[in-house]
Amino acid sequence: MDANIIEVTNLSKYFDDFQAVKGISFAVKPGEVFGFLGPNGAGKTTTINMLTGLARPTAGAIRINGSDAVQDIAAVQQMIGIVPDESNLYDELSGYDNLVFCASLYGVRKRERERRAEELLEQFGLADTGRRPFKAYSKGMKRKLTIAAGIIHEPQILFLDEPTTGIDVESARQIRRLVRELNDGGTTIFLTTHYIEEAERLCDRVGFIVGGKVVRIDRVTALMGEDEKEYIIEFTLGEGNSRPEAGLDQAMLQAFPGVKINRVDHRRLRVIPEKREPIAGFIKFFEDAGQPVYEAKIIRPTLEDVFVRITGIEIAKMKREKEGRRKR
Amino acid sequence: MNALIAFWNILLKDMKTYYLKPPNISWGIIFPISWTLMFFVRSGSAIDIRGILPGVMALSILFGTTSMLSVTITFERRSRSFERLLLAPISLNLLMLAKTTGAILFGIINAFIPVLYALFLTDLAGINWGATLLGVIFIAVTSTFLGLFIAVSVSEAFEAQTFSNFFRFPMMFLCGLFIPIGNLPAAIRPLSYIMPLTYGADIIKHAINRAGIITPGLSFLVLLAYSIGLFWISTFNIKRKWIY
Repeated sequence: MDANIIEVTNLSKYFDDFQAVKGISFAVKPGEVFGFLGPNGAGKTTTINMLTGLARPTAGAIRINGSDAVQDIAAVQQMIGIVPDESNLYDELSGYDNLVFCASLYGVRKRERERRAEELLEQFGLADTGRRPFKAYSKGMKRKLTIAAGIIHEPQILFLDEPTTGIDVESARQIRRLVRELNDGGTTIFLTTHYIEEAERLCDRVGFIVGGKVVRIDRVTALMGEDEKEYIIEFTLGEGNSRPEAGLDQAMLQAFPGVKINRVDHRRLRVIPEKREPIAGFIKFFEDAGQPVYEAKIIRPTLEDVFVRITGIEIAKMKREKEGRRKR
Repeated sequence: MNALIAFWNILLKDMKTYYLKPPNISWGIIFPISWTLMFFVRSGSAIDIRGILPGVMALSILFGTTSMLSVTITFERRSRSFERLLLAPISLNLLMLAKTTGAILFGIINAFIPVLYALFLTDLAGINWGATLLGVIFIAVTSTFLGLFIAVSVSEAFEAQTFSNFFRFPMMFLCGLFIPIGNLPAAIRPLSYIMPLTYGADIIKHAINRAGIITPGLSFLVLLAYSIGLFWISTFNIKRKWIY
């Protein structure tokens, strides 16, 4: 078996004159959760479509578990599962019948697919509603059943496209737990999401794609480690005396030369010392100034901060675009 | 073996989800009655059931297959459930054969509903049932692949119906189903011979009334060529348009 379960080399895709994917290369290791992050139109879905056989590359090579995905897509499709960004099962069929049907597409024998369907309904908390038609399911239930349909043939690799978009918090949490369990069981996960915090929680490595180009691929811990070089302490102060904020900040600058101060609001401020210093010194300063400290915490950078720094893309805008597209 | 399991289950799912639904069954029952009644009203007297039987059978197949297939595929495309099939590890040809076999069977069953009615109304002795069945199968296959061609050419269900009528209505009048081709104006007679239903209906006319005008062997060849051609164009278009 290859060291990498997915290997993409110089992959390009043109739609007429428009180049949607611009010679990207990346690899995914067996058992990894790999996140593919980027704004709308970045080329994520086109890349997934090329990896799974829904689109033909204009140039480049794709190898999945040793098979050439361009020349022998059927061999690749047998070992992958796909959960598209919209739940696309059959409305008229029950949850159970949908699962059994999806397993049959991969040649799973009757008794085996019935057993797996029962097991997955149980595992995904849908056993009580398994005989109801799919159209009667809530959004969260539809999403869970679509994921179950994607894994019923026990694929080695699961492509998850925006698995938690547009569903309630509890269902999203359950889905993230299920994804983690799947990965613990050895399934390699290729995830696209515009919820960066989701990628941070689930992924071992991420790739940022912008304008059809992969701008960075690295381990999540390594990416966040880069931004951790800046040491930020956030203090939440009590009402205390009525000392003006500006006066307090000025006094701090004198007491701790070289610090930077960012006010979050009138009670919270972030202090960025030039080098790591014990928090106790700052707490004493505030107490001496008549400002009780209610909370002090080290602010660690999020993957979102890293994404914004590397891509220059505003996350809120990216989410608005995605939600808007789904509503349309 | 895996591909056979997939083929069989796609067929079963389609039969259960689409073709064996009560509205479609009742449509198959009502359609031939409507046509027979229309001829009865038009003639104002006793009608030659055996004479109109090949035409009613051919139309039942044509309308049944083209309507169902073009609408179901368009519907599945809209709901994106068709993507699920395209992502399955089976060849596109086998997938499309699985999708069309349900419609072919639906067409064949539809063809014999008017025969059941006719059994109660007239003497059907002397019919070559083997040739009738072959003719029905060939019409069902060709019409289904025409439905597939239509489904691949449009993106909405209503477009599928409109585009289907573009083929179906000329066939109703120009394929010799109820008006002999020899009675048509000479200028439009060549049109009859480019429509596949002319050949299918002629096979059934031979088998039921020995009234066909084209050599059955030639008719089978033409229908075979149409079937292969329509299937090839359809799968070519699917590769071009849906696996972009």
